Amino acid sequence: MSNILVVAEHNDGTLAKATLTCVSFAQEAAKRTGGVVHGLVTGSGTSAVAEELAKYVSVVHHADAPAFEHSLAETKAQAITIGADAAQASVVAMAATAHGKDTLPRAAALNGAGMASDIIGFAADSGLQFLRPIQAGNIIAACEIATERKYVSTRPTDFEAAEELQSPGTVQALTVNVPSPKTRFVQFAKVASNRPQLTEATTVVSGGRGLKDAKGFPELIEPLADKLSAAIGASRAVVDSGWVPNDMQVGQTGKVVAPNLYIAVGISGAIQHVAGMKGSKTIVAINKDPEAPIFQVADYGLVEDLFKAIPELTSKL
Amino acid sequence: MKILVTVKRVTDYERKVKIAPDGKSLLTDGMSFVANPFDEIAVEEALRLNKAHGGEVVVVSVGPKDSTQEIRKALAMGAHRGILVTAETVDSDVYARALQQLVEKEQPELVIMGKQNTDDDANQEGQLLAGYLNWPQATFASKEAGLDSADEKAQKPGLVVDNGQLTVVREADGGLEHLSVDLPAIVTTDLRLNQPRFASLPGIMKAKKKKVEEFSLGDLGVDPAPKLTYVAYSEPKERQAGQIVENIDALVDRLRNEAKVI
Ligand SMILES: Cc1cc2nc3c(=O)[nH]c(=O)nc-3n(C[C@H](O)[C@H](O)[C@H](O)COP(=O)(O)OP(=O)(O)OC[C@H]3O[C@@H](n4cnc5c(N)ncnc54)[C@H](O)[C@@H]3O)c2cc1C
Ligand SMILES: Nc1ncnc2c1ncn2[C@@H]1O[C@H](COP(=O)(O)O)[C@@H](O)[C@H]1O
Repeated sequence: MSNILVVAEHNDGTLAKATLTCVSFAQEAAKRTGGVVHGLVTGSGTSAVAEELAKYVSVVHHADAPAFEHSLAETKAQAITIGADAAQASVVAMAATAHGKDTLPRAAALNGAGMASDIIGFAADSGLQFLRPIQAGNIIAACEIATERKYVSTRPTDFEAAEELQSPGTVQALTVNVPSPKTRFVQFAKVASNRPQLTEATTVVSGGRGLKDAKGFPELIEPLADKLSAAIGASRAVVDSGWVPNDMQVGQTGKVVAPNLYIAVGISGAIQHVAGMKGSKTIVAINKDPEAPIFQVADYGLVEDLFKAIPELTSKL
Repeated sequence: MKILVTVKRVTDYERKVKIAPDGKSLLTDGMSFVANPFDEIAVEEALRLNKAHGGEVVVVSVGPKDSTQEIRKALAMGAHRGILVTAETVDSDVYARALQQLVEKEQPELVIMGKQNTDDDANQEGQLLAGYLNWPQATFASKEAGLDSADEKAQKPGLVVDNGQLTVVREADGGLEHLSVDLPAIVTTDLRLNQPRFASLPGIMKAKKKKVEEFSLGDLGVDPAPKLTYVAYSEPKERQAGQIVENIDALVDRLRNEAKVI
């Protein structure tokens, strides 16, 4: 029992990039345990996803059945424990996306195993002590899991996406008999967008309460994001007000992003917001209050009224 | 309908916690503590459901003795009685197994919890409990309309209970997922589920007379051995504040020629 099992996430038939960041965590973990990296794909009609994952891991366990059409935590968690046995996994890992956060702890409980959430790396050069941010990212804790099988979710921004292996791994069918679930999928109200995904974009433009009302996004933020081919993010304040969809929230309790360029517009820089973007390479803050805490983390700060600054910036790019 | 809501005592999220000089523990003496903000949302939702369906709202916390204060706050908001399980640990798994015992004792139809605690952002308690109980789960419960909506002002619950089934709108990546689960079930709350009420003065007075039972882990037969332990703490690399640029031209110049990000 020294292998690492990566639980895959896929959307609309495509393997999530977050899963590949989890694979690179797993490769490092496998070096430490002397095992190899396995993958688990559950779904219905997902051969292409399994083949895709096999480019990155030695063995893919593939549970393909109508019962897995919707990624319900209740059924998927059962598949994970069975996959973990099949893979002889000492570590079971999944990217800490909304889906990973929903699913993995449930599997850990079914397994009676300990779990560390949202880990960002290893505490030492060898062994399986993990690092995870606590207290809104103000403190990094090194943690140890006592059970033989360890469950971890990995923070996508803190691991590079894995490279393809020289020769792809094999795909093995995994039989999972799940009793009929007590959860039913009703519908998914997707946020339509032709922009890059927030967590994967190289540039993110985020808006806050300084935009005054919902119109600020279409009138100011979107034209700027268009110019930069950027994804759009937001502070909690504007998400709560319903100006933009929930899934745009950047922060401790929203998404963690680490683009090359993060532009915060009319955002004060509360610690909970900063927790979600301080890993960005270059941070720009535009705020009319020179005392705004966002300037403490910004590489470039501009103290100006955003209603003047943003149209000018957009026109000069 | 009997609803169990969980409330965790956490350090005030407006303040910074310090690390002890030996790096092995956190200094929480003299810190102020609050109820985990997600749990206030959980309590609010339970109270709204209680208004619609009747029954009882039982507040439970696992933690130090002082967690009674956070239980009392929830009682002041309107919950009916409280249960404290005393425990000194940071392990989600111990908490979950303690909660499992309480659920088996109390037999609620619904357990509402926060999606994460703001001390260590574990985001796993509800999922663990659901796994241990083999109950269905609906995590990150939200509402379709924003918190400014007329419905919110009318204080309607975001969770819909009908005929032994619960319908939940949950915040997922890329949109809102609608699920229906059989009761009993576990729900965890996201920020957009509701706007928690403030405790009223009469509420605070009444809360003082409400019953708070106390158990130890041993009373409940819970093995206190943690599965996760924190062995050391350190400060993250902090970013340095950069430069203030005087105008847009300067900003564009720096981004293009210095940072080379556009
Ligand atoms: C449990 C919990 C979890 C949280 N999680 C998150 C999270 O994940 N993400 C998050 O973002 N927040 C989160 N918050 C909320 C956070 O504490 C702040 O309240 C929030 O980030 C503030 O949003 P804001 O910066 O848009 O608004 P404000 O703090 O109101 O700031 C608006 C800024 O706009 C500036 N401004 C106003 N007008 C103009 C103008 N014309 N031109 C230029 N600048 C202008 C102002 O100077 C001000 O700095 C959380 C809070 C709690 C309690
Ligand atoms: N010790 C505890 N006592 C009561 N509830 C808890 C405890 N720990 C976690 N919870 C609940 O679980 C939710 C998620 O917390 P966590 O998984 O620890 O981030 C919290 O919002 C609480 O509702």
